[in-house]
Amino acid sequence: MIDSFVVPLLKILVVLNATLVGVTYMILLERKVIAWAQSRLGPMRVGPYGVLQPVADALKLMIKEDITPVRADKWVFTAAPIIAMVPALIVYAVIPFGPEVSLFGRPVTLYVTDVNVGLLYIVSVASVGVYGIILAGWSSNSKYPLLASLRASAQLISYEVAVTLTLVSVILVAGSLSMVSIVRAQESGHVWFAFLQPMAFVIFFIGGLAETNRAPFDMPEAEQELTGGFHTEYSGMRFALFFLAEYANMIVVSSVATTLFLGGWLRPFPNVAFLSFLGIIPSWAWFLLKSFGFLYVFIWIRATLPRYRYDQLMRLGWKVLIPLAIINLVVTAIVKVMVH
Amino acid sequence: MGEAVAFYTIAAFILGFAVLVVTARETVHSVLFLVLDFLFVAALYVLLGAEFLAVIQILVYAGGIVVLYLFVVMLVNLKRPPEAYQDPQRHGRVGLLLALAVLAELVAIAMWTSGTPTTPMPAAQAFPVTGNTEVVGWLLYTRYLIPFEIASVLLLVAMIGAIVLAKREL
Repeated sequence: MIDSFVVPLLKILVVLNATLVGVTYMILLERKVIAWAQSRLGPMRVGPYGVLQPVADALKLMIKEDITPVRADKWVFTAAPIIAMVPALIVYAVIPFGPEVSLFGRPVTLYVTDVNVGLLYIVSVASVGVYGIILAGWSSNSKYPLLASLRASAQLISYEVAVTLTLVSVILVAGSLSMVSIVRAQESGHVWFAFLQPMAFVIFFIGGLAETNRAPFDMPEAEQELTGGFHTEYSGMRFALFFLAEYANMIVVSSVATTLFLGGWLRPFPNVAFLSFLGIIPSWAWFLLKSFGFLYVFIWIRATLPRYRYDQLMRLGWKVLIPLAIINLVVTAIVKVMVH
Repeated sequence: MGEAVAFYTIAAFILGFAVLVVTARETVHSVLFLVLDFLFVAALYVLLGAEFLAVIQILVYAGGIVVLYLFVVMLVNLKRPPEAYQDPQRHGRVGLLLALAVLAELVAIAMWTSGTPTTPMPAAQAFPVTGNTEVVGWLLYTRYLIPFEIASVLLLVAMIGAIVLAKREL
């Protein structure tokens, strides 16, 4: 009873809350890092160094007036932010934050579940998230959001191909679709897959930037051209849901990249004995540290690089990343067969 | 017992959404009901213990193909359908014929399979591999190799056809 019901529920509760808190603080981190990159201070008023800014933001968004345009399609307009948010959250079910640990004298795994098609589950759930953006643009019944949502969905579909192909080459190396087994494969293989699959790593990272609509691929919200993007007509909490979904997706991409390429919860050099003092930092902390590294790079890139033009973005996706991913996959398969 | 309840609930949802797909006034709503339908079909696969199929169902149909449908529906103005499609009588007749053909096919399959004892699927036999994904892959490349290859050639032909149609001069 406790093992089959209470523990999973508690885990889901912890993961969901941690994600939402993480997302709100990601927004603060982004504002701070970009401010520092531009020689500003960023939010400083609410709490010491502005650490309570997310609380103030959340309060403000919740008490704001919620406007539905008269000509909008009400049902779809209401459903779109939810459709964007839910996939971004349920992906965390299969992300392993750590191995089995003992907590209060009871073995507890630091992941909600380990399904044998974990990686495919993430890809498929993420592919459903596109609907939130498309439907938001369409149901607003307004031309700029529609244009933005068409751009966004074209971009997401194009980059999804490249990203999924890189995942296949990782699956080939690991020999499993389960997220936990992929980390274990890196442990027993004594190497992070970032070194075995450098090409896949780079393509995954670029594709991840594009799939989360981050700079330099933040085409769907190019303010100068689209007056804000697919969520132009949204206000209050519904707008906040889109915002949260975007940051939750960033955390997903970072977590997946950490699991697949940087050894997940493993400490650096898990096979080198004299570095075992690194083990005093718990496994989940290593995981969070690596994911945080990715998130920081995301923000850093946004502060550094200008936005791509739309045709350049499509050319990069279809003519560079997808062929490279296919070549990488074929080479990986050939090497795998030859080694066997 | 629990499995039967789950099956009938899911089946009811699948049929209900299928009805909504064809009765919805707004084409975009139809497409959305189709997505929900596909998600429940995926749930059916999970119930059968075929997680791999379920996930692929969501990835390919709900997340891929229907997004393209949505694209087409959003880009093409469907408010005023062309004259040829405005004759409800003709629509009804063709629809009725198609529905009857499908019904006949289903009845034939049901009669044909209910008499013969169900042949034990290779699941009962020993596989050289274990696991959902592995078994699907193994079957595709051994027992169902020829259908699999034919399906891929068909898809290739469709793709080339689409390119030829879209680009008049190559």
